[in-house]
Amino acid sequence: MTARPATEREIPPLADLGPIVARGNGRAYGDSAIGARLTVEMARFNCLLAFDEMSGLLVCEAGVLLKDIIETFLPQGWFPYVTPGTKFVTIGGMLAADVHGKNHHIDGSFGKWVEWIDLITPEGAVSRCSAQHDRDLFEATIGGMGLTGIILRAAFRLRRVETAFIRQTTIAAPNLDAAMALFDAHEDSTYSVAWIDCLSKGNSLGRSIVMLGEHASSKDLPKRSASKFLHWEKARSVSIPFPLPLSPLNKVSISLFNALYYRRMKNKSAESIVDWNSFFYPLDAIARWNNIYGRNGFVQHQSVIPLERARDGLRQMLQYLNRHSNGSFLAVLKKFGDQGGRWSFPMPGYTLALDFPVGRQTEQIMQRLNEIVAEHGGRLYLAKDACLDRATALKLDKRLGDLKDFRLDRGFSHRYASRQAERLGL
Amino acid sequence: MSNRHAMILGATSEMATALAYEMAKRQIDLTLVARDVPSLERVRADLSLRYNVTVSLETLDIMDAGQRHQFLARKGLSPDIVACFVGTLGDEMKARGDERALTDILHANFEGPAIVLSALANAMVANGGGVIVGVSSVAGERGRQSNYVYGAAKAGFTAFLSGLRNRLVGEKVHVVTILPGFVDTKMTRHLALPKVLTATPQEVALSIMAAINKRRNIVYVKPVWRVIMFCVKATPEFIFKKLKM
Repeated sequence: MTARPATEREIPPLADLGPIVARGNGRAYGDSAIGARLTVEMARFNCLLAFDEMSGLLVCEAGVLLKDIIETFLPQGWFPYVTPGTKFVTIGGMLAADVHGKNHHIDGSFGKWVEWIDLITPEGAVSRCSAQHDRDLFEATIGGMGLTGIILRAAFRLRRVETAFIRQTTIAAPNLDAAMALFDAHEDSTYSVAWIDCLSKGNSLGRSIVMLGEHASSKDLPKRSASKFLHWEKARSVSIPFPLPLSPLNKVSISLFNALYYRRMKNKSAESIVDWNSFFYPLDAIARWNNIYGRNGFVQHQSVIPLERARDGLRQMLQYLNRHSNGSFLAVLKKFGDQGGRWSFPMPGYTLALDFPVGRQTEQIMQRLNEIVAEHGGRLYLAKDACLDRATALKLDKRLGDLKDFRLDRGFSHRYASRQAERLGL
Repeated sequence: MSNRHAMILGATSEMATALAYEMAKRQIDLTLVARDVPSLERVRADLSLRYNVTVSLETLDIMDAGQRHQFLARKGLSPDIVACFVGTLGDEMKARGDERALTDILHANFEGPAIVLSALANAMVANGGGVIVGVSSVAGERGRQSNYVYGAAKAGFTAFLSGLRNRLVGEKVHVVTILPGFVDTKMTRHLALPKVLTATPQEVALSIMAAINKRRNIVYVKPVWRVIMFCVKATPEFIFKKLKM
């Protein structure tokens, strides 16, 4: 069941029907935004409310899309401090998952830039929490997967930028060690992320293309009139309108693509100026890209392994994928900085994001990957999870027990719950 | 050149809000007029942040003669465009036997809008031109047992708009009559409406913008309604009176 309220008064009675959870733009990969009993779509809470041009503090409703924020404020020289890999997410969702971006090692996750949050409490009142007022609830809501109340509004800061462009540097890394060395060597780079080839073997295991980025200054943009620094061409986009009957993604096609892509990127000029859409949101150019996985769809697996065990853990995962899977079409490697919020996913270490078309072996692959993550002291990103079971979840992330206790303590458990929260016993 | 300026009456309706967004996108400044102005604050903030237009809010209960007077007596009341969404289905069943319920429907859908639009039309004439958009209803084309009080009020409003259009044709004031058919809004959400006959608030807004630009007179948002209403009107009364609709 879903509800699509238009005013905040309509929300508290919905929780009387059984545990509810808010849903933003539905871009979580699993069931974290599907209500245990009822899903509350926040699409109609989509107003920008106030913007302070001195501090860059933006107040908006939870259902506002990140895309709208960028398109409104980038022409005035502002950009979000933290953005995930798609702009089609809502502010409420970004808060609930405490999303991270390619600059996590410098700027932390989204919650770091949030000043306050308005939530609907179990009693049906609206409560504003911040670092000063009800800090407990504030911290629990950042990364709390929407399980601490319905997020209505939030205030967070944007960053000043001079142009709408990124100075991008790509460097080929012939194997995992080289990729990790590049992350270490470029810790000062504002943005860093790597595309990783999960099917390369032997000496090439984990070969990657590391991409670094800096916000371009006006001096970096040649042949452009000053008024054009904050303007960009409208992004071209294509759509995959329906699930492909046969997914073109298999071991042969992915290996071939990876080899070609690696060679092409290796020989490409290392530095280039790209617009914000192509740097941050390459996948947004293909509407409904998930249809490429066919009718069975796909699952994601994103883990983080702490620094000291990362090399070993990543090697084991890659070797396993090599032997037992068809590879992952979109595999991303990134070095994280410090953990932000209490329940936030990132920790100092390496994160590996993978996706797999759903098939007979999916469950087995996920299980083995989880074992490797657990053996190396890592954990999983709940915004991407659709498959975990209770025991594994708790083993991977002891903090989930605290989240459960916090919810019981505050009387949230019977008012707010997602299918994921039920599945994991949160 | 300064922005054009539009006044939207009944601005809390979802169609009206959708029109406000389409207008703001086109850099038209707005005055949003409604009974419940506080609920429009968030829309005002959003419109001005997103589109950098000036948006002001005015309180007016169109059923209240005192408020109408005060509202119309204000100086500088000269928008380039006026769009009137004021109206309510009311309690049709109650109106069958209750005088107050019946006059409320007539008042909200016909009398109130007609009085305010008359005054605004005169201001526009004095100002040298403008466009008036009245949102009426296909229910006004022929009375049916299920909602003939509402239908009668809308019939009156439709006739008022066509007379106004006729009167102002030489005065550079253009009048558009919008007949939305079914619209997917909170007024109709509890009804199971056939999809092909139902417009979204945004479709209504876009057809209003097109009607303003192309100086259209009578607009069915979904063209299929023109066919349906032609048949409804063509049915002989001795048959029509026996139909259950």
